[in-house]
Amino acid sequence: MIRRHPQIDGQGRLRHLLSIDGLPKAMIERVLDTASAFLDVSDRTVKKLPLLRGRSVFNLFFENSTRTRTTFEIAAQRLSADVFNLNISASSASKGESLLDTIDNLAAMNADLFVVRHAQSGAPFLIAQHLDHLGKDVHVINAGDGRHEHPTQALLDAYTIRHFKKNFTGLRIALVGDILHSRVARSNIHALTTLGVPDVRAVGPATLLPGGLESMGVRVFHDMREGLRDVDVVIMLRLQNERMRGALLPSAQEYFKHYGLTPEKLAYAAPDAIVMHPGPMNRGVEIDSAVADGPQAVILSQVTFGIAVRMAVLGIIAA
Amino acid sequence: MSTPTRDPEDALGALNADRAYVHLLDQLRRVLADECRSPVLVGVHSGGAWLAERLHTDLGLNSPLGYLSSAFHRDDYGSRGLPTNIKPTVLPFDVEAADLIVVDDVLFTGRTARATLNELFDHGRPARVELAVLADRGGRELPISARFVGVSISLRGAQQLVLSQDTQGHFSFRVE
Repeated sequence: MIRRHPQIDGQGRLRHLLSIDGLPKAMIERVLDTASAFLDVSDRTVKKLPLLRGRSVFNLFFENSTRTRTTFEIAAQRLSADVFNLNISASSASKGESLLDTIDNLAAMNADLFVVRHAQSGAPFLIAQHLDHLGKDVHVINAGDGRHEHPTQALLDAYTIRHFKKNFTGLRIALVGDILHSRVARSNIHALTTLGVPDVRAVGPATLLPGGLESMGVRVFHDMREGLRDVDVVIMLRLQNERMRGALLPSAQEYFKHYGLTPEKLAYAAPDAIVMHPGPMNRGVEIDSAVADGPQAVILSQVTFGIAVRMAVLGIIAA
Repeated sequence: MSTPTRDPEDALGALNADRAYVHLLDQLRRVLADECRSPVLVGVHSGGAWLAERLHTDLGLNSPLGYLSSAFHRDDYGSRGLPTNIKPTVLPFDVEAADLIVVDDVLFTGRTARATLNELFDHGRPARVELAVLADRGGRELPISARFVGVSISLRGAQQLVLSQDTQGHFSFRVE
C-alpha cells in the first residue's frame, strides 16, 4: 500500500519534513508556535539547548546554498547536535556513486538526520522512503528539491508574516516573479492556503507562471500594479539568470521594468505592507535597492526567524 | 513548613486548593518579612504561572514577574518529544545574582523542577533559588524539595493532580 504522506507516521507525528503539501494546518501551527519559544535562545547567556545532544545531523547539499545550509547548521548546533556538512557535489556524486549508495554509507556512520538539498524534485522523498524501507530510524528534512518544494522556507515565511501581521485570516498576499521554476512559491502557496489566507495572488509574465494555479486557490495577475493593489504582504522571488537564456524573458532590464519591485509599484500595496524575499536578491532585476533597504522590507528578519523555525522543525522531528 | 501528610483516600476529599493557597501565601509573607527579602517570583508554565501571578499581587511585590518553560530541558524528550503549545520563558530582569523563588503548582517526581533549574541557569547564575509549590504529592525521583508548600498529600503514582483556575481566579484541584 502506498502511504500518501510518508512524513507523518501512524501516530500523527512528524517523522520527516518533505513537503508542505499534505502537512496539516495544526502541524504547521505547531512548528510556528514552537519556533516562537526558540526565538530568544540567541539572546541567552548559554545559547544552546540540549535536545539533540548526541545526535548526528548531516547536511547533504547536492546543490549549492549558503543561507539555508548555514541556518540549518546554526539551528542544529543551538540544539547541541553534532553537525557534519557534506559538499556532495564535490565528492562522491562526482565520482559516480549513486544517491542511495551515498545515503547507505552515511547511514552506516550512524546519522540520525539528513538535511537534503538536491536539484532533482523528489530526491528527499526517495531518500526517506529508502531509509524507511530499510527500517532505519533516520529522519529527512527537505532543504529544497528541484522545482518541487522548499518547506522550511515556507514555514519561516509564514512565521515572518504572522510576526508582523498577527494572523492569516483577512490577508492579501502576492507572490511575484518566477513562479514556474520556484520551489519556494509552491511551498508558500500550500502553506498560505492551508493557514487560511483568503487572497493569495501570483504575479508574473505568462512564461513564468505554471498552469493550474487557480485550482490551488491562487488568483493570477500579469499586471504587477493590479496584482499588488491593497496587498498586505509582497513575496518577491529570485529571477534565475539562466531563465534569460532560455527565451522565457527578453532581458533583465525588460523584466525589471514590468516586474521589478520599485517604490512606485509598492505604493499600490497597503501602506503597511511588508516586503519579503527568500534570497539571494538580484538588485535591479526583481527588486530595487530603495525597496530592499527600505522600511517595509523584512528580508533580514526572515533570515533570523529562519534559525528559530529550523530549530523547531529539528526539535519536533528528531525526538 | 509543610503540612502533615494525609492518606490518599482522605487526601482527595480534603484537597482544597484555595485553602492550600492561603497556607502558602502565609508562609511566604512570614518568611519574607522575617528575612527582609523582596525576591523575584518565577512561575513555571502553566499552573505555576497563574499561581505566581496571584502570589505576586497578594504579596505586593514590586519586582518583575518571570515565567519559565521546562520544555527544552526535559529528560523525557527522547521518548515523548517536544510538548505542543510551548510557552516561552520570559525573564524581564537580570538573572545574574538574583534572589529567586520558582513557583509551581504540583511537585511530584522533581523532574520538572530539575528542567526549570537548567532553563534558569541558561540565563545566568542566580544568588539563590527556592521552590514554592501549591501541592507536594510525594513520589520524588530526584533529590529536590520545596521550602514553601501549600499542602502535602500522598497520591498513587498513576494519579495526576491537576490545578485549574476559574474566571474569578479561584483554584481547584482534580485527580485524574
